[in-house]
Amino acid sequence: MEHRSHIYGVMGEFGTPEQLIQAAKKTREAGYRRVDAYAPFPVEGLSEALHLHRSWVPFITLLGGLTGGLGGFGLQYWAAAITYPQNIGGRPLNSWPAFIPVTFELTILGAALSAVLGMLALNRLPQPHHPVFNVPRFTHASTDRFFICIQARDKKFHLADTARFLQGLEAHHISEVFDD
Amino acid sequence: MSAGQPPLDSPEIRRLTPVLAPGYTYASVTDKISAIVLTRPTSLGWFIGFGIAFSLTGLLTIAIGWLIIKGVGIWGINIPIGWGFAIVNFVWWIGIGHAGTLISAILFLLNQKWRTSINRFAEAMTLFAVACAGIFPLIHTGRPWMAFYMFPYPSTMGLWPQFRSPLIWDVFAVSTYGTVSLLFWFVGLIPDLATLRDRAKTKAKQIIYGMLAMGWRGSAHHWHNYQAAYLLLAGLATPLVLSVHTVVSFDFAIAIVPGWHTTIFPPYFVAGAIYSGFAMVLTIAIPLRKAYGLEDFITMRHLDNMAKVMLATGLIVAYGYFFEFFMSLYSGNKFDVFLVQQRLHGPYSPFYYALILCNILTPQLLWFYKMRHNVVVLFLMAIVVNIGMWLERFVIVVISLTRDFVPSAWGRYSPTFWDWATFIGTIGMFVTLIFLFVRVLPAISIAEMRELVAETSEEEK
Repeated sequence: MEHRSHIYGVMGEFGTPEQLIQAAKKTREAGYRRVDAYAPFPVEGLSEALHLHRSWVPFITLLGGLTGGLGGFGLQYWAAAITYPQNIGGRPLNSWPAFIPVTFELTILGAALSAVLGMLALNRLPQPHHPVFNVPRFTHASTDRFFICIQARDKKFHLADTARFLQGLEAHHISEVFDD
Repeated sequence: MSAGQPPLDSPEIRRLTPVLAPGYTYASVTDKISAIVLTRPTSLGWFIGFGIAFSLTGLLTIAIGWLIIKGVGIWGINIPIGWGFAIVNFVWWIGIGHAGTLISAILFLLNQKWRTSINRFAEAMTLFAVACAGIFPLIHTGRPWMAFYMFPYPSTMGLWPQFRSPLIWDVFAVSTYGTVSLLFWFVGLIPDLATLRDRAKTKAKQIIYGMLAMGWRGSAHHWHNYQAAYLLLAGLATPLVLSVHTVVSFDFAIAIVPGWHTTIFPPYFVAGAIYSGFAMVLTIAIPLRKAYGLEDFITMRHLDNMAKVMLATGLIVAYGYFFEFFMSLYSGNKFDVFLVQQRLHGPYSPFYYALILCNILTPQLLWFYKMRHNVVVLFLMAIVVNIGMWLERFVIVVISLTRDFVPSAWGRYSPTFWDWATFIGTIGMFVTLIFLFVRVLPAISIAEMRELVAETSEEEK
C-alpha cells in the first residue's frame, strides 16, 4: 500500500478514437473499474465503453426549470395580487395570462443556469490542478491524442501489471501519473 | 434559373463545396485556428480596423455622457414620437443577435454539420449585439441610474414592477437571453480554452486561459455531462430565441396604435430577426475568412447556405408585409387604412419604398446560384439587408407614432446629431468587440472542428 500514496495511476496513449474505444472496452473486460479516458473531442461510444451511468444533468436541469417557472409565477402572483394589488377598472388581480412571458423566461433561465452549474459541479470544475496534468505528454490530450488512465485506487491496480496490460493494448506511451 | 448548377447533393457538388476542405487532421485544424490567437502577429489591418471602431466607441461614450448631463432632450424625440431612434436601434440590434442563437441552437438540434465552423463567432455576435441593444432602452429611460426599479426586489417603498406590462416582459426576455447566450457561448468555449492553455507558450497566457478553462481535461466523464448540458442548452435556447423577439413585438402589438396592434407581429418579427441576423453573420464572415485565410473552414457551402436562409426568411418577411397591408385594407378600420396610405404617400413614404427595395426586391437575386457564389455580391447584399431591416423598424416606429388617431396628435420626427452619434457609436462598440474577440479567443470552435474531422474521415472510409 505504501507505494500507492504517491502514484495516482498509469496512463496509456492512443492515436485514434477507434483505438481508444477498443482499449476502453478491454480495460473494462479486464476488470478495471476506476478508469477514465481523455479525448480532445467527444468520442461517440466512449461513455458506453466505460459503462458511465446516465448523466444527472437533465434531472438537475428539470429541477432548475421547475424552480424558475414556479418561482417566477409565484413572484408575480405575490407582487400583483398580495403585496402590491392595484385595482385597475376592477380587473382580476391574478391576471395569469399576462404573467406567462415572465414565467416562461424565468423557467428557461432557471433551467439553463442549472444545466451549466450542474454540469460543472458534476465534473468537479473548476479544479485548476489534477494529477493527470503532471504527465508531460498530456498536453496533447487537447489536440490530437487519446489517453486512458487506470487509477491506483482500483482494486485490481498493480503498477507493473497494469502498465504491462496497457502495453498489451498497444498504447504508444505508458506513463506513471504521480499524485504530486 | 440556376443554370449550370449540378444537382444538389450529388457527389460532385459535395466535392466542390464541402463543409470542410479535405486533408485536415485533428492537429492541423487545431494549429490553424489556435495560431490566429496564439502565434500569428497582430496585423496592421487589425490595428487600423480596431482603431476606427474604438474611436467610434469613444463617440458612444461621449454621446451617452452628454445624454446623462442634458437628458433625452438632446435627441429628436418629442410628443408624440417618444420612441425614436432608441427603440428602432434596440429592435434592430436584438434582432441581429437572433441568427447566432439560431445557428448555434436550432441547427445543432437539426444536426446540420455546416453550423460547426460558424457557430462560435455567430454566438459572439449575438452577445455583442445584445450588449448594444441593451444600451438603448436603458438610456431611453432618461434616468438610467434608476433602471433597477424594473427588477423585482424588496424595496423599502414596498414597490413592485407592473408585471402586466410588455416593457417589464422585455426586461426579463432580454436579460434571460443575454445570460443564456453567454452561458451557451462559454460552455462551448471551455474545451477550446483548455486547448489554448495547453498550447500557450507564455506564462501569462497559460494562467489566463488556464483559469478560464477551469481545469478542463477532456475526460470521458467530463464529456459525458458536457454533451448532456450542451444539448439541453440548445433545446432551451431554441424556444427562448423565438420568445425574445415575440416579446419585443409585444411592445408594439399590445398597444392600440394603428399599424402595431396586429397578431402577425410575433412571427414576422422573429423571421425578420433571423433575416437581419444572417445578414450580419455574412457581413462578419466574409471579411473574417478573407483576413485570416479561413476559406477552408468557412467554405462556399456555408455562404451558400446562409444566403438561402436569408432568402427564405426574407420571403417570410415579405409575406408579413403583404398581410399587414392586406389585413389593414380588409379590416376596413379607417385608422388602419389611413396608416397604409401614409406609408405609401405620407411624408415618410421614401423610407417605406427603400425598405421594400432593400428587404424584398434586392434579395431576390439570391435565387441565382451565381449570385450566391459571388462573395462580393453576397457581402453587398448582406449590407443592403442590414439597412433594410433597420428601415423596417424606423417605418414601424415613426410612421405609426406620427400618424395616430387624431390630427391634433400628429407630428414629425427627425433624428439629431446625438441620435446618430449614439447609433454609430454602438456599431463602433460592436465592431470593437468583434475585433477583440477574434484576437483573443478562437473564432471557430476547435473541438467541434476536430469532431468534424473525425466524422468526415469516417464518411470517406
